[in-house]
Amino acid sequence: MNKSRTTRLGALVAASTVAFLGLAGCTGTGGDGDGITLTWWHNATSDPQQGIYEDVAAEFEEAHPGVTVEVTGYQNEDLQRTLIPNALQSGDAPDVFQVWPGGEVRAQAEAGYLKDLTEPLADEIAAYGGVVKPWEVDGKQYGIPFSFGVTGIWYNTELFEQAGIEGTPETLPELVDAVAALKEIGVAPIAVGAGDLWPAGHWWYQFALNACSTETLQAAIPDLDFDDPCWVEAGELLEDFLAEEPFNEGFLATPAQTGADSSNGLMANQTAAMEFMGPWNSGTIGSLTPEGVAPEWLGWFPFPSVPDAAGDPTITMGGGDGWGVSVDAPDEAVELVQYLASADVQRRFAEAGSGIPANPEAADALTDPNLQAIAAGLAGSSYVQLWLDSALGPAFGNPLNQAIVNIFGGTGTPEDVVQALKDTAAAQ
Amino acid sequence: MTQTLTPPPAVASLPAAPAARPRRRGQLRARLEIALFTGPALLVFLGFVILPIVLAAFYSFFNWNGLGPLERFIGFDNYARALGDPVFLTAIRNNFTIVGLSLVIQGPLAIAVALLLNRKLRGRSVFRALIFVPYVLAEVIAGLSWKLLLSPRGGINAVLESVGLGDLAQPWLANPDIALGVMFVILTWKYVGFATLLMLAGLQGVPQELQEAAAIDGASWWQTQWRITLPLLAPTIRIWAFLSIIGSLQLFDMVWVTTKGGPVGATNTMAVYMLQNGQGAPGYGSAIAVILFVISLIVALVFQRTIMRRDLAGALTTSGGR
Repeated sequence: MNKSRTTRLGALVAASTVAFLGLAGCTGTGGDGDGITLTWWHNATSDPQQGIYEDVAAEFEEAHPGVTVEVTGYQNEDLQRTLIPNALQSGDAPDVFQVWPGGEVRAQAEAGYLKDLTEPLADEIAAYGGVVKPWEVDGKQYGIPFSFGVTGIWYNTELFEQAGIEGTPETLPELVDAVAALKEIGVAPIAVGAGDLWPAGHWWYQFALNACSTETLQAAIPDLDFDDPCWVEAGELLEDFLAEEPFNEGFLATPAQTGADSSNGLMANQTAAMEFMGPWNSGTIGSLTPEGVAPEWLGWFPFPSVPDAAGDPTITMGGGDGWGVSVDAPDEAVELVQYLASADVQRRFAEAGSGIPANPEAADALTDPNLQAIAAGLAGSSYVQLWLDSALGPAFGNPLNQAIVNIFGGTGTPEDVVQALKDTAAAQ
Repeated sequence: MTQTLTPPPAVASLPAAPAARPRRRGQLRARLEIALFTGPALLVFLGFVILPIVLAAFYSFFNWNGLGPLERFIGFDNYARALGDPVFLTAIRNNFTIVGLSLVIQGPLAIAVALLLNRKLRGRSVFRALIFVPYVLAEVIAGLSWKLLLSPRGGINAVLESVGLGDLAQPWLANPDIALGVMFVILTWKYVGFATLLMLAGLQGVPQELQEAAAIDGASWWQTQWRITLPLLAPTIRIWAFLSIIGSLQLFDMVWVTTKGGPVGATNTMAVYMLQNGQGAPGYGSAIAVILFVISLIVALVFQRTIMRRDLAGALTTSGGR
């Protein structure tokens, strides 16, 4: 077989594979990626997800002769806080990398590091719908999500049964009743990893969603305006809830996901009955069980509504992870993201139970009943508010969450949280 | 960052060129030698110590999120913000609490253990090894072990309950009132071995003859230790105190592994605060780094110029050889 024929055959295979995968608009460049190396960084550090990404890279290489994809998974916070900012700043950015929504994508886009994907990904953006919005900056799309889900309460169905709780709490007073019933049977009603700050932060964010109207939320975040009294009310709702002492002993020093005494660990060994967490929680709880898989007794329900609160009860809190492309990356990098966003790859992501796929075509591939429940919760939301630390940007995360944990520890007030927000906003 | 305290090798102490040779050539040669021997070290020192400090000081005057160009010069605003943040002030106070506790508790403890282990004692080498083991253990391993032992359902509480002291059981690292004390116990466990090792080495330099002479004069064991051993051990104690102070001011790893500065900032330190609040705001983080550096530098210089003046005579100053 001579060389030109090989190339042509390769091009044909590539073109047909790409066509088969339904990736419109990239067949023209499918075969001419001579000697191009794409670097791709993601945050999957264990199987099945890591394996899926390696397969995807290999498939892409096969479909694009001459293109080599170097795919590496890094620990989430290292990737987000250290590796990517340094790589961007040094001018040696990976071609395709994970981009976090809200403040993070805004900072990177405004600094000119990200490729505008509005045109090349127009079809995907249209098909995905509202979930792409958190990666939009000033009307331009700089990233496309691969997973998107909402935060809700994960609970132990067996412990609920033992405590005689029927159904799942639909209002905050019902949740308080459930807490009392669970204390009766000697388990921690709710686990919270306040030692890591952000899991405690999520409680306050949720109460802010309950206290504030949608208009206030949507205006406050871009304008960094926290004058509305609802931001103080959020802390007051939290204080009232804390007065019920619903959380595990020593929650101030409890981490979220590491070890048996983490909030995930307390769930896994059935000494805590509930945890308010994002869609990844079945996976992280599962990894702390002897079997290494999500326990069968694990259930999920949306955060209960708060009676007489100004917030729209159909608003949910959530977020996701997305892909972005470096501004200097070759066109093949955009094609790789298109492939990643395709229903085929997204379906495999869903089947592995790694999270809720952002591509609506792949939603039917979800087999995990909890993830199905979250997907249904997402579908029923009138508006998804991004986690406030993500929405506001990295500079806000620590001061905000620290002030919230101070309420948990009894050393801070609802006003302190608002002051921390205002002080951080003033320093931006 | 306190490595900057070590100045480049002194130039004045080089031997004079032999008189028999032409003076000029000798000087040139001496200069070449100086350049050759100090050059590489000087380059590394400038590039990896001085330059980062200068850069951090430069960044600290900007409102910068770490991405894009440095454009928003804000003068001393980052410093004002840090020194106005009660969380940071608590962190500074915690650092100095650890400094004080270390000097008052770890030092005497180490001296006592060293004196004990310096006597002829059965199984002395075993005790010496045991007390030094925690220091050899990696910080993360030691920290995680303590974290598990001290957790509400951990080993310490289980032991207390099994011996009928269940009332004392509590979430050791989650109680803001005692967390700093518990942290100090962990730090003492970790570092007293190192202090003891230093003191033991210092004790070897105390001449046996003096102690024998004191014994002949009828001095008791206590009198001998108090009047002979301790004064002769003083240079070692001063060096240890210096290392301990600097280590306490820059305390990071043990806190990060066990509590991340919590609960509610009870064990926060300047370095932990810098990492947490510098994320996404390297300009602000740099200001914290500079504050930490300046505090360490001032404390170190004051200590060297006062308490350690005699130990360092001639090494740091040219006129200090009084």
